[in-house]
Parts: sequence; structure tokens; C-alpha cells
Amino acid sequence: MSNPPPRPTDGREVHPFPHRHLTGIAGLQPHEIAFLLDEAEQWVQLNRATAKHDDRLAGLTLINAFFENSTRTLLSFEIAGKRLGADVVNMAVAQSSVKKGETLIDTAATLNAMRADMIVIRHESSGAVQLIADKVDCPVLNAGDGRHEHPTQALLDALTIRRRKGRIEGLVVAICGDVLHSRVARSNILSLTALGAEVRVVGPPTLLPPAIERMGVTRFTDFDAGLENADVVMMLRLQRERMAGGFVPSLREYHALYGLTYERLAKAAPDALVMHPGPMNRGVEIASDVADDLDRSAITEQVEMGVAVRMACLDVLTRTRRGVTGW
Amino acid sequence: MVSQRAILNGRVVTPEGLIDGGVLLRDGHIDAVGVFEIPNGAERIDARGRLIAPGLIDVGVFTIDRPAFAAGGITRAVLMPDGAQPIETVALVQHAAAAGKPKVWVHPLAAATRGLRGEELAEVGLMQAAGACGVATGRGWIGNSGVMHRLLAYAGALGLRTVVHAEDAGLAGAAVMTDGETATRLGLVAAPAEAEALAVARDLLLVEATGAPLHFRQVTTARALDLIRAAKRRGLPVSCGVTPAHLFLADSAVTGFRTFAHLSPPLRSEDDRRACIAAIADGTIDLICSGHDPQGPEAKRLPFADAEPGMAGAEALLALSLTLVRDGVIGVERLFELLAGVPARLFGLPGGKIKVGEEADLLIVDQDAPWLIESDNMAAAAGNTPFDGLPVQGRVTRTIKGGVPIL
Repeated sequence: MSNPPPRPTDGREVHPFPHRHLTGIAGLQPHEIAFLLDEAEQWVQLNRATAKHDDRLAGLTLINAFFENSTRTLLSFEIAGKRLGADVVNMAVAQSSVKKGETLIDTAATLNAMRADMIVIRHESSGAVQLIADKVDCPVLNAGDGRHEHPTQALLDALTIRRRKGRIEGLVVAICGDVLHSRVARSNILSLTALGAEVRVVGPPTLLPPAIERMGVTRFTDFDAGLENADVVMMLRLQRERMAGGFVPSLREYHALYGLTYERLAKAAPDALVMHPGPMNRGVEIASDVADDLDRSAITEQVEMGVAVRMACLDVLTRTRRGVTGW
Repeated sequence: MVSQRAILNGRVVTPEGLIDGGVLLRDGHIDAVGVFEIPNGAERIDARGRLIAPGLIDVGVFTIDRPAFAAGGITRAVLMPDGAQPIETVALVQHAAAAGKPKVWVHPLAAATRGLRGEELAEVGLMQAAGACGVATGRGWIGNSGVMHRLLAYAGALGLRTVVHAEDAGLAGAAVMTDGETATRLGLVAAPAEAEALAVARDLLLVEATGAPLHFRQVTTARALDLIRAAKRRGLPVSCGVTPAHLFLADSAVTGFRTFAHLSPPLRSEDDRRACIAAIADGTIDLICSGHDPQGPEAKRLPFADAEPGMAGAEALLALSLTLVRDGVIGVERLFELLAGVPARLFGLPGGKIKVGEEADLLIVDQDAPWLIESDNMAAAAGNTPFDGLPVQGRVTRTIKGGVPIL
């Protein structure tokens, strides 16, 4: 493994993770991100063993409050909580039955009154998780808010890259596709630039946010140019409703211009790693053969790292509450 | 009984400049300015060397909020037609006009179109006869250029000024912010700042075609101000306003999803903010308004995009605007033109200046008095201000409407 990000060395005692909530990558120091990744390594090992259990969160209640439909992320958090021995409760609020906003603060108060020890929230509105975090007594973990952030996805992506490539610093990472609507892209840009990668965003101009360069990335609208010599190619999901919004003309055209095929991938570095946060639209943003290539694609490994990273976050964020020495 | 009040020992802001002395009020009108003989029985008010200025005329408020207006030195408010029920009938005009009296006079703007839907003309002629001082498109823009053309021609012939919200609806879409780094970092839906200039450009062409007077309630971008500057040079009957929010805050104020900074039009870039200040200095901007729109927690304590836009601006309007004088952008006489004189002339209202014979609408302001804008400590119906926590200077100590103190 390469050099870890430097920690401040002005003589003060540096707390490894002085945050109550995890609402985003924004606001985290590089060494704090690396700390979470280091913590996750032990859980990768545990998860690969036959008996996958640790009881450090025994007696604690974890509520997964998902205001937006999700199968994979919800499952990942549920497994993470259960493997650490927490009592896990899932509150899946069907999108249709949620009257946005006005019930949100009330919901937060309700969850708080039930004395949850940790709340994991996904919501369709940017900023909604912060709003709840400001109103409850326990740690809150953002599992995706609108187009804003999805910090555990960025952590699991960083962990996957670090394990596969041995480092993050100095790598060229191309984040491709619908960056405009993607919280995954925003969190990844923040964490990968913090950890020293050179990040590019690649996509049709209608799907790249204005002033994205101000986040420390280079912008490409030509897919081939953006892929050139990339060490990591991170594809993003294209939502089908983007067609109706007039962002791209058709799935067919999108695949022709911005779909990842072997031919396209040849522009990248010879050992370039292919990633996708899932669920994939096969034949749209990524061709099936590329997605299924075990040598090139880290897509299933990302899912595996997801559980480990979430276990690390749940552990670290509840340490104060559990009275762990030094927290 | 004749009621007389003598305000003494102040510096009076008059159309002719600052005059040391006071103002004599008789029967709700200004009887003398400067140095005068104090009649027997007149109530004396000592201004203690402070500024005696015309009561503010706030163009384009959304709520009749008497405590906030009195605290802010606002004696007349031009009311937007966007209520729960749009002001689109004679009865609603009369109701709104009476709602603030006697403390604050409300001058309603008639809804330009039925239900403010931007489709069919409302009965603006009848509403004018009932007391409407102009017509307004409301919070939205009229997208149909044919409707807008007919509206301007019709209202113009009646001598009514049309107040518009300038934001091209197609380009703005569902945006809650201006394109830029802050919106991108927060993942909020944003639109290019050109949405404003695009709307302004169309409306200026229609003003040219019809000759009808038009007022852009808020103009907030450099491009739109350039268009208006050029149009004024050509002699078109257009005017525009701005709120202190767009003069003193840029879009970065939204950081942290601060819904109090969710405004319509949205906050702009720092360059646009500076352009607004420059447009105050060169006279392109005709007036400063508060955009007073108090919104309680049920409308603001929500995820940013779901929260209602708008700010409670009345109380701090003068204090914030005085910053322009302290920064040397304009003089104090010009400031009260922007806050009172011009609004009165544009909408044909009484008051707006301290002159013998005018209505006795005035205020006394301690220009240097420091205070803190605090959301939790405001006279307004709600404390949604993006300036929460900001120390300002300049406190209204008395507000007098029609010769009677209301603060």
C-alpha cells in the first residue's frame, strides 16, 4: 500500500474521526477517509469467513429509514448491522405514500423518540438527511440524498480501488455518464480528489453539471478522450426518465456515444479497472461482456466492499455511545 | 380638533437635499419643513439630531404585515396579487386596500390574468377603478408572448404600469438555484442566470411595440441590467427594482441547504451581485424593495427544493440599504429616492417625499445605531431572513403615517 494521507502534525492529539454524523464526504479530511477504509479491511476478512458475526453493536437499535426505493443499499446496511449484532429495523416508505417535507421533521422526531442508536437515511431530496441529522440525538448516516451525496458508495469505491490497485494517489479515474443527476459522482469526486487521484468527468454536455471543474476535476464531452490512459473507468447509471427530460435523444444513441464497450475500453490504460455502482442498464451505459469480465470489472467486488465499509461506519459512529475508550 | 405634531432637532431628507431642523405636521399633512414657529398645543417629538426621512414605499410585498412594516419605517406597501386567492376581482382589491388602514396603506396590484395563470386578461380596468395602482403577473412569468403583448397594450392604454417577474419559465424549469459551484456541490436543480435576461429581452421588445410602462419587480443579473440600461437610453418606459438580498448575498449563501436563502429569483453569482451594486450607483435600478414574504417553519423547515421561496425583508430593508450610503455607492438623498420617491412616482401614489402639502408619512432613523438581525426576534409574521445573525447599522426609531406615530 502506498503512503497514507498525512495527518496534521502540529503536536495536538488528532482524533481519528471527530464527526457525529456521516452526511457526506464533504467536510472529511483525507486522513479521516483513509481511517474509515482501514477500519473496513477487518470486516472484509470477517465477511469472507464462514461465521460472519461480531457482537459489538449488541443491544443497539439501527433504523434504516428509506424514503426512496432501494433494494441493494438497504440490504447492504441491513446485513452490515446484523453482522455487528445490532437490532435492525427497516422502515421502507413507499415513495408514493410519503408526502414530502412536512412529514420529514415529524418522522425524525418519531424515530428519535423511539431511541434509535443510529439512523440510516435515504431520501429523494438533496439536503434532507442533513435536515434530519440536525433534529435527532443519535448518529445519522446518509445512504443517499437526492443528487447531493452518497458517502458510503464513495468509500466502498475507494476501498475497491485501493485493494485492486494498491493505491489511489496518482491514479487517473474517469467518472462517466450522468454526472448531473448523480450523488455517487459527487461523493466520489470529493473522496478521490481528497485522496490524490486525478479525476475526470465524462459525459454528454447535458448531463455534466455547470462549474463542475470547481470541484477539482477535468471535464470531457468526448468519451474516447476522457478514457485515454484512465486507470479506473467508473460508469454511472442512466435513468430512463432522462430521455423524457430531453437530456439525451435515445438509449440507442447514448450507447453509441457513451456506452462502455471493449473497443472503448481499449483507449484506457491496459489494466484499467471497470466499476459501476449498480444497478446496471446492460447495453446502455455498459456492454454486458465488459461488465461480466472478471479480470477487468470490479462490479461484484464493489458490492462486497459495500457491506464492509458500512460495518466500519456503523462501528465508528457508535463508538462514543458505546463508551469505547478514547471516543 | 386639529392634531399637530412638531418633529424637531433633526436633519430632514427633502427633494432639495438635507435640511437641518424639523417637520411640522397638521391634519395628516406636512405643514412646514426646516425651521418654523411651533404652534401652541402641538405635540413635540425630539429627533435628537437623527435623520427625518419620508416613509418607505415598498413595492411588491406578498403579505400585509403591519408590525413588520411599522418596524421597518414602511408607510405604504404595494401588494402583489398572489394571495391564497389571487387579487382578480373588484371586491378583493377593495378588501386588500382597506386591510392595512389606518396604520399602513396598502396599494394592491391587480392580477394581470385570471387566476394568475397567464392565459386570459383579468378585469384590470374595473380593478383600477376600485383602487389598484398597477397590474402584476405575480410570482410567475407569462410564457405566452401573445398574452403578454395584449396585456401590455391593454394595461398601457389604461395608464397602468405592469409589474413582471422576469424569469424564462422554460429555461428555469424546476430550478431552485442559479447554475454554479454551490448548486453543483449541493446537488440542487439549477438554471442558467440567462433565464432572467431572456425574459427581460422579450418584455423590452413588447414594451417597445406597445409603448406601455413596465416594471421588473426584481432584476438580479448583469446581462439583464445591461439590457435595461440600453432600453432606458432609448427612452423606453421601463423601471426595475432589487432587494437587499441580491445586493448583499451571492448564491454561496445557500451552502448548508439554508432554506432562508431560497429566493425567487434565486441568489446569483458574486459577479452578478456586484453588477447590481453598480446598477444602483449608475441609476439603472430605480428602486429597492423588501420582497416581504414571511414564511413559517412549515414552509421553510423542509428539504431545500421543497421549501417555499421568499424572505421576510421589511424590518431590515432600511438598515441593509443604508450600507450603500456608508459604502459610498450613493448619497442618503438618493437612497430615499430609491426607497420612497421613485416608488411613489412610478405608481402614482401620494407621499414619498417631505414637502409642504404632502401626506405626513415619515420616519426617524438613527443611522448609526447597531443591531443584530435575528430570525427569532423579529416583528414580522415569520423570521425567515437570509441575514439572520448579521450585525447592521441604522434603526428606525419612529414611523409616522398620516401624521400619527405607528412606531
